[in-house]
Amino acid sequence: MIAVAARGITYAYGDRVALREVSLEVPRGEIFALLGPNGAGKSTLLRLMALLDVPAAGEIRIAGEAPTPATRLALRRRAALVFQRPLLFRASVLANVAYGLRVRGLRRREIEERSRWALDLCGLRGFERRSARQLSGGEAQLVSLARAVALRPEILYLDEPTTDLDLAHAAQIEQVIRRCNQELGATVVLVTHNFFQARRLAAAAALLHEGELAETGPCATLLESPRDPRTAAFVSGETIY
Amino acid sequence: MQDILSGFAQAARLLVSGDAQVWSIVALSLFVSGISTVIGCAIGIPVGAAVGLRRFAGRRLAITTLNVGMALPPVVVGLLVYLFLSRRGPLGFLALLFTPTAMIIAQTILAAPLVAALTVAAVNGVDPAVRLTALSLGATDRQAARRVLAEARFALAAAVVAGFGAVISEVGAVMIVGGNIAGHTRVMTTAIMLETSKGDFALAIALGIILLLVAFAVNLGLSYLQQGREASP
Repeated sequence: MIAVAARGITYAYGDRVALREVSLEVPRGEIFALLGPNGAGKSTLLRLMALLDVPAAGEIRIAGEAPTPATRLALRRRAALVFQRPLLFRASVLANVAYGLRVRGLRRREIEERSRWALDLCGLRGFERRSARQLSGGEAQLVSLARAVALRPEILYLDEPTTDLDLAHAAQIEQVIRRCNQELGATVVLVTHNFFQARRLAAAAALLHEGELAETGPCATLLESPRDPRTAAFVSGETIY
Repeated sequence: MQDILSGFAQAARLLVSGDAQVWSIVALSLFVSGISTVIGCAIGIPVGAAVGLRRFAGRRLAITTLNVGMALPPVVVGLLVYLFLSRRGPLGFLALLFTPTAMIIAQTILAAPLVAALTVAAVNGVDPAVRLTALSLGATDRQAARRVLAEARFALAAAVVAGFGAVISEVGAVMIVGGNIAGHTRVMTTAIMLETSKGDFALAIALGIILLLVAFAVNLGLSYLQQGREASP
């Protein structure tokens, strides 16, 4: 089963083409790494997959279903996205984690229970009443992850979630990603340009290069025996990123 | 110098003794400006939020119009409202001229564009990632817009305070449409003007002190909001 598929996706920022006819499929229940140097179009593709933007051409399908104006919100609510730079609302940690549950209209008790569960999962017990704007970068990213995990999404999109973090926080986040995948069955799409991280976490991967899909396949194969010269250059470190 | 000192002394006596004339003027000022601010915010905040959050043809023109509206001269607004409400004006049949209602209308016209323009600025000052983050967590467009407004709440509170500050301290519009009638449409600013022109500084100073205290109290409240509510949802 395919959790999310991109078919012939093209997207441009003004005159600059960011993605050119990109097609790939993310199998359900897997951790899938989107690799590539800076400016390759990884984050743009992730935003399109999360249905936060509309491609100029092509379509995104969630579990085989293409969004229509009537179904777009419901499909978008099957996933959650964590950005590279955690944007926490001007509120307490608990209110931040509860946000996605509140906009879904859940009952107060369930919101409280699920928010606390997500905070526990992310090692943030005791942070509930703290102001979200007074956290360290690592703590803020964990809250951002807890806010997404609280939704128990079918698909969890992560846009370079550990790039700016110290090793301890990065390891903690990787552990939460694994648990979401293994215990909750979430499909994870992880944007990263750290192929060691991709190797540690992902079963499958795709490499984007200058807006085009260079290669996709099992993560180990892609990183150890790349077929495409662009992938080989990226893995060997020849590509500057 | 003697006049000023004796003016202050008499003003203090008026304030302490709870002079009925002083407090009725203060009460009417707060009532007229308070209602004007509430109506001005009820119009200005949604308009400012819509202009700030949406992208549409003519948006720049709308922002420019609001910015111009922010600098509306009170006497001109007073004149226009007077022309509409005067006996021969299109709304003359309502017989509202020289009533507190006419003063509220004039001050609402002053407050609404000011609040709207400051709301646009407040919304534009919010990190665009707020809206995207809200959407990524399953918010509808309307819920995401509400989140942006929530993030801008301190700037919005400042817009409300600025609106109130502008109308409570203006004199031109209320003088023209209210007529400064004792016990009926006399507010702090028009009373200060009248008493100063009469050379009766005691009442003018007493009302001036209260006007300053009101401004101080409102800004103190705003400051408290900004510092004390950081952690609230």
